[in-house]
Amino acid sequence: MQPRRILWRLADVIEVVAETPRTKSLVLEVPGWEGHKAGQHVDVRLTAPDGYRAQRSYSIASSPEDERLMLTVDRLDDGEVSPYLTDVLMAGDMLELRGPIGGYFTWEAADGGPLFLAGGGSGVVPLMAMIRHRVAVGSAVPARLLYSSRSYEEIIFREELEDLVARDGSLEVIHTLTRSTPEGWSGYRKRIDAEMLEEVGWLPKERSLVFVCGPTSFVEGVADALVGLGHDPARVKTERFGATGG
Amino acid sequence: MDEQRLDGNAAAGTLGEVFSFEVTTAHYACEGCGKADQIGAAMVYEVRGLGTIVRCPSCDNALIRLAHNRGRHWIDLRGIRYLQVEDAAG
Repeated sequence: MQPRRILWRLADVIEVVAETPRTKSLVLEVPGWEGHKAGQHVDVRLTAPDGYRAQRSYSIASSPEDERLMLTVDRLDDGEVSPYLTDVLMAGDMLELRGPIGGYFTWEAADGGPLFLAGGGSGVVPLMAMIRHRVAVGSAVPARLLYSSRSYEEIIFREELEDLVARDGSLEVIHTLTRSTPEGWSGYRKRIDAEMLEEVGWLPKERSLVFVCGPTSFVEGVADALVGLGHDPARVKTERFGATGG
Repeated sequence: MDEQRLDGNAAAGTLGEVFSFEVTTAHYACEGCGKADQIGAAMVYEVRGLGTIVRCPSCDNALIRLAHNRGRHWIDLRGIRYLQVEDAAG
């Protein structure tokens, strides 16, 4: 592999898909894209007519095996970049980005497991890339996703996850809803805590590979609780996307 | 000021502007306390428009300071004892 610099380039927007009321997936065609690992992100840069630039990082939602690159973006009302991506950008537009970026928060089937994924809100996006990769290569590594959303309507990828679980006995998805629950909801209705992690996670002696992604406070709470339960800190990888994002 | 605490991974794009190797999987030892780990496991503080500081998660020592000003990158590596990088050529 030649050393390379990460260069800015233009992607073609092929499709914009509404996932939840606040979240959209951007399906992109990136000329010369050399592939990525599940868990990596890209930097997206917007340039205003007066030259002002704003830049943010977005996780890749597609698996490396997918034909096209997908970014899934949560709309932040006071954001500088995300409202443009979710409300203005359309198929046929161009988008400036660089990547793939980050080799640390990544998982490949060959890394093994068992895999324990914990996502808060749109923190599920890089974890979804890992799940899609696991499916695409036919991996039998046991995997559990513990996914915290504010409400049922805000669960991103809900149907796809249900579908995958129905077809794959070694994949489990456990939801918790923190603000509102639909009638008849029998799942968790609280923030992820040590008790929940003990109930749904693997035992520390099973040495699961853990990936935690979400807002900074979410990630720190979950990672600290896991280490407190006896999980090896070296096997708990975190990706904080900050309190504000963008 | 818009400062955020993030993971080493968050600085990968900025560090990638300067270094040709994958920085987040490189190993470091902290000049302050001697802790050794991967840069991706360190803490990153980004101040938008100003720069990035990578800090040791154990002792808070500034491992790497990065700033960008008038078309130049400033890189201060005083906080790390060594950086161990995978040889991409094998």
